[in-house]
Amino acid sequence: MIDVEYVVRTSYGRLLALLASADGDIAAAEDALSDAFERALRTWPNDGVPANPDGWLLTTARNRRRDTWKSAAYRTSISLDPAEHTRAHLDTIDPDAVPDKRLQLMAVCAHPAIDRAVHTPLMLDVILGYTAADIARAFALPSSTLAARLGRAKKRIRDAGLSFELPDRTVLPERIDAILAAVYGAFAIDWHSTGSEVRDGLTGEALHLAETACDLLPDDAEAHGLAALICLSSARLPSRYSSGVFVPLSEQDFRLWDERLLARGEVHLRRAHGLVAAGASALGRFQLESAISAVHCARRHSGSTDWSTLRELYSVLQELTPTLGGAVALAVVTAETDGADVASNMLDALDGTDRFQPAWAVRAHLLAQLGEAEKSRAAYEKAISLTPDAPTRRYLERFVSGR
Amino acid sequence: MRYTLVLNNAEPAEGEIDAEVITQMQEAFGVYGRALQSAGVLVAAEVLASASATKTVTLRTGALQIQDGPFADSKEGVAGVFVIDVPDEDAALMWAERCPGAQFGVVEVRAAATSFVNGSWT
Repeated sequence: MIDVEYVVRTSYGRLLALLASADGDIAAAEDALSDAFERALRTWPNDGVPANPDGWLLTTARNRRRDTWKSAAYRTSISLDPAEHTRAHLDTIDPDAVPDKRLQLMAVCAHPAIDRAVHTPLMLDVILGYTAADIARAFALPSSTLAARLGRAKKRIRDAGLSFELPDRTVLPERIDAILAAVYGAFAIDWHSTGSEVRDGLTGEALHLAETACDLLPDDAEAHGLAALICLSSARLPSRYSSGVFVPLSEQDFRLWDERLLARGEVHLRRAHGLVAAGASALGRFQLESAISAVHCARRHSGSTDWSTLRELYSVLQELTPTLGGAVALAVVTAETDGADVASNMLDALDGTDRFQPAWAVRAHLLAQLGEAEKSRAAYEKAISLTPDAPTRRYLERFVSGR
Repeated sequence: MRYTLVLNNAEPAEGEIDAEVITQMQEAFGVYGRALQSAGVLVAAEVLASASATKTVTLRTGALQIQDGPFADSKEGVAGVFVIDVPDEDAALMWAERCPGAQFGVVEVRAAATSFVNGSWT
């Protein structure tokens, strides 16, 4: 018996892209496709699985769409344009012969005219076929809120006629950044969720999306960088908590890391390096972040952490894509290479750290190393007060004497 | 330092929100409540019954008046409150930002001027 769930996950985005590219109406294509999946569920168990399940689903969905176009309700509400409404090309589509349209669909999802906050949910919805309720759970949002946002985005795609054309090389760089950022968002969901209780589920799907991007853009080093980053980061997930307490990367038990994912990540990273070395692609944040991750992971072979390489990588990352989190991380590795006082000065020079929990945690560590016990304690208290996540709070509380 | 997070939003009509969404909201508020409790900052949490089940009491005209309905009649109203005890406004804002109510309404963050604790005003 074929696993329909599996067919949905692997074929959904491809079939939807084919159906929606006819007129840009994602919602209508989804209706037709879900109808086709429903028919598959009803008929396949009795009639057997067709030789070409994707072709069967596409044909069924296509027929369903054609029924709609022909229906009286549709024809009386919209003037019929034979040239447009015949959609003759749909009849000739062989899902295995046409170039993969998922890239276009991903590019449409990440269109600059669509609210950035919806890019990731929209991709999970239209490429992977997640329901609004599934996505809402992962984002800790009410499903009605998310469904409304998705609905608005799809309406906008249809009404504004956002392009389903294959993005040419001149627009691809700006669009691919948004695509990769959205995929990363699916992995590192940092919504306003409360702590670790609701953070689960989407890492495998994010890797699937990242590797889809690699398949579609085999020469894009950043796509491989992102796939590497997701592999290397997920490989360490089993060691992130110990008895409900957060374990920082440098103290994690590397015997718990997933060797299979580490190896897969390293393949992507090498591919990215090769592309950059050959001048085929540019260096980017995901390659640097995955390289940083790889240096940390190398501890399982060398037994020690190469802090000076990390410092270099973080410096380049800050030059390329400066972020507050990156600046704080640079201070952390600088403390290891140049001492706590240098790092402390770096941290003090940063703007906007007042409500930034990681900055307070690092400041507290550094002040402790500098022998400033009172100030360190106050900084730990501040960091704890800004931590909604219980395992992280328990970790920080260990450093405050008397608690 | 005590802060009250006042949740303001339009009150949904009967049947306007389906049961599944209500369940999800209850789960989200459950996660939120447990997080506040495990952080040791929770003083009180109340989700309020509908405005139509509200009565107002006043003696300001000299005589007792008890009336149906909330004091101020507007489209959005107080739907619930969380009283939390945190070191400063930064922490209060951090918790307000994570309140599920912020996803569909507005969360007002008000510092307590004084609180009645252990028999007297602080």
